[in-house]
Amino acid sequence: MEVSAEAKRIMVHALGKLYSSRAQRGGHRLHRSLLLTLVMQSARDIYHASQASCETTTAAEPVQQESPMEETTGDPLEREVSSTLSGLPVTPQPQESASSSEDETSSHPLHCSVTASREDKENRGPSRPDGNARKRRGKVAAEPDFLPCKKAKMEQGRNNVIRSSVNCYRVSGDSLASSVPILRVIAAF
Amino acid sequence: MDEEIDTRKINNSFLRDHNYATEADIISTVEFNPTGELLATGDKGGRVVVFQREQESKNQPHRRGEYNVYSTFQSHEPEFDYLKSLEIEEKINKIRWLPQQNAAYFLLSTNDKTVKLWKISERDKRPEGYNLKDEDGRIRDPATITALRVPVLQPMDLMVEATPRRVFSNAHTYHINSISVSNDYETYMSTDDLRINLWNLEITNQSFNIVDIKPANMEELTEVITAAEFHPNQCNTFIYSSSKGSIRLCDMRASALCDNHSKFFEEPEDPSNRSFFSEIISSISDVKFSHSGRYLMTRDYLTVKVWDLNMESKPLETYQVHDYLRSKLCSLYENDCIFDKFECVWNGSDSVIMTGSYNNFFRMFDRNTKRDVTLEASRENSKPRAILKPRKVCVGGKRRKDEISVDSLDFSKKILHTAWHPSENIIAVAATNNLYIFQDKVN
Repeated sequence: MEVSAEAKRIMVHALGKLYSSRAQRGGHRLHRSLLLTLVMQSARDIYHASQASCETTTAAEPVQQESPMEETTGDPLEREVSSTLSGLPVTPQPQESASSSEDETSSHPLHCSVTASREDKENRGPSRPDGNARKRRGKVAAEPDFLPCKKAKMEQGRNNVIRSSVNCYRVSGDSLASSVPILRVIAAF
Repeated sequence: MDEEIDTRKINNSFLRDHNYATEADIISTVEFNPTGELLATGDKGGRVVVFQREQESKNQPHRRGEYNVYSTFQSHEPEFDYLKSLEIEEKINKIRWLPQQNAAYFLLSTNDKTVKLWKISERDKRPEGYNLKDEDGRIRDPATITALRVPVLQPMDLMVEATPRRVFSNAHTYHINSISVSNDYETYMSTDDLRINLWNLEITNQSFNIVDIKPANMEELTEVITAAEFHPNQCNTFIYSSSKGSIRLCDMRASALCDNHSKFFEEPEDPSNRSFFSEIISSISDVKFSHSGRYLMTRDYLTVKVWDLNMESKPLETYQVHDYLRSKLCSLYENDCIFDKFECVWNGSDSVIMTGSYNNFFRMFDRNTKRDVTLEASRENSKPRAILKPRKVCVGGKRRKDEISVDSLDFSKKILHTAWHPSENIIAVAATNNLYIFQDKVN
């Protein structure tokens, strides 16, 4: 679909810009990185939504691109959460080992790239988190969530699992960037 | 509006070819001083060039006070932050003049991390006839000294010297985007992406933090501060704009830390205009109080808005700068132009506002007559003393003879920085590495 192709293109561009900002003189610009991350999230949401609606309805319905965004609750949320935990998108893909790792400390927005470019293995480029071997790994390791999580969980609850282990949060008040918890990594000084 | 042109190309690097624009020459800020006698520009190479208006003379009445170079100095040098392994750019982000209190002029200039107070003073006399040293400064042989003489001040060629008087450093983790001098002329504030600090002009080793929007967890960051300014008349009031398109007005009398705003200006988003890039184009790139202090003006990517300080729900006036770009946002995003930060300025009487665009176009909007004009700053199209011709962008359909189509616009030629003389109709427009000064026509 046109919208999902555009969303994908926008995401790829955002990743490229985020990556090249590392090499920029003067260090990365917080404002610009923030805007790029926002664009990437909305593009990603739309992409997921269009993929989801693609699966459910075989015929392409570009009209409904917007509405799935607003209705992501319940089951799609569950799917999104479980795949985000292992660092993968909604679409069923073989799990890749080094694909998640959100860092808490000084993470670079770059890490979003791993989840977003899952299908474009050839476009992945130099965005592997392995490159940041110096940085501490995030709370969620690369294993799927059936393995014991090292961090103590306060409650058995999906929401808490998200919060404690993935450091996602909700972007609210916006019809496009929906209530789906979104991974956001901003470089912290 | 008819405008007479007095064009100058400013290139202060004598070894560089005039046709080749080096990146260091790109002008990054332009500012008139409070009387309009001086005009300062800062560039990416960390230099400041100050122009002074000629005294109007009876001999040449048609040269109505042209601006000539008065002083050039290197304000900031590139630095290296060893802790973060990051280079600190020497580019001058902002210059703000202090009101003149004696014969010398003072200005604040800032790069990403450090603010400096510069004193610009004239020297037109020097002492001559020292007793113990000769004119070259060499110590005289005591045996040759047979008489006593006292040095006398002799006139010399005018020399303008700039000296750094204060250096305000190590107060900002993030990149400084604005500085603004308070009406009390004793304090000023410096703003970075997440914090605003208040300084006393005399004290460099400490500053007060008055706004801090850094979240405890950086991953929860949703907005940054993009610009801030003190109220022109009330030293306790200031505003700051955010990347989300909102403006907050704060009163420093309310509390030491002004995280809670007194007023919050935001226009609800038009859902029909929603796109991938809505957040980017709603980010405010510049905010300016009117000279009267009754209004404030904001610039986002496609519009300029004038707000009444007493109405927070929506702007008083909205002007479309280049709405024909709305359908091109995707390509502008790909070539990075969507991140360009345009500034906006008021004229002295707050009746006209001006801002830049692409293709070296700049726009003026008359708030009273609701007329607007697009003008171009380029040497090819203008000769000194010629009248500037209004330009028009053709948005679709048949293109008329003098119109330019959207696809022919040169997006590498952008006018981000402009300034308007505080009382007269003289404007300074920075087009990449060239500075254009336009004056109103004399009858």
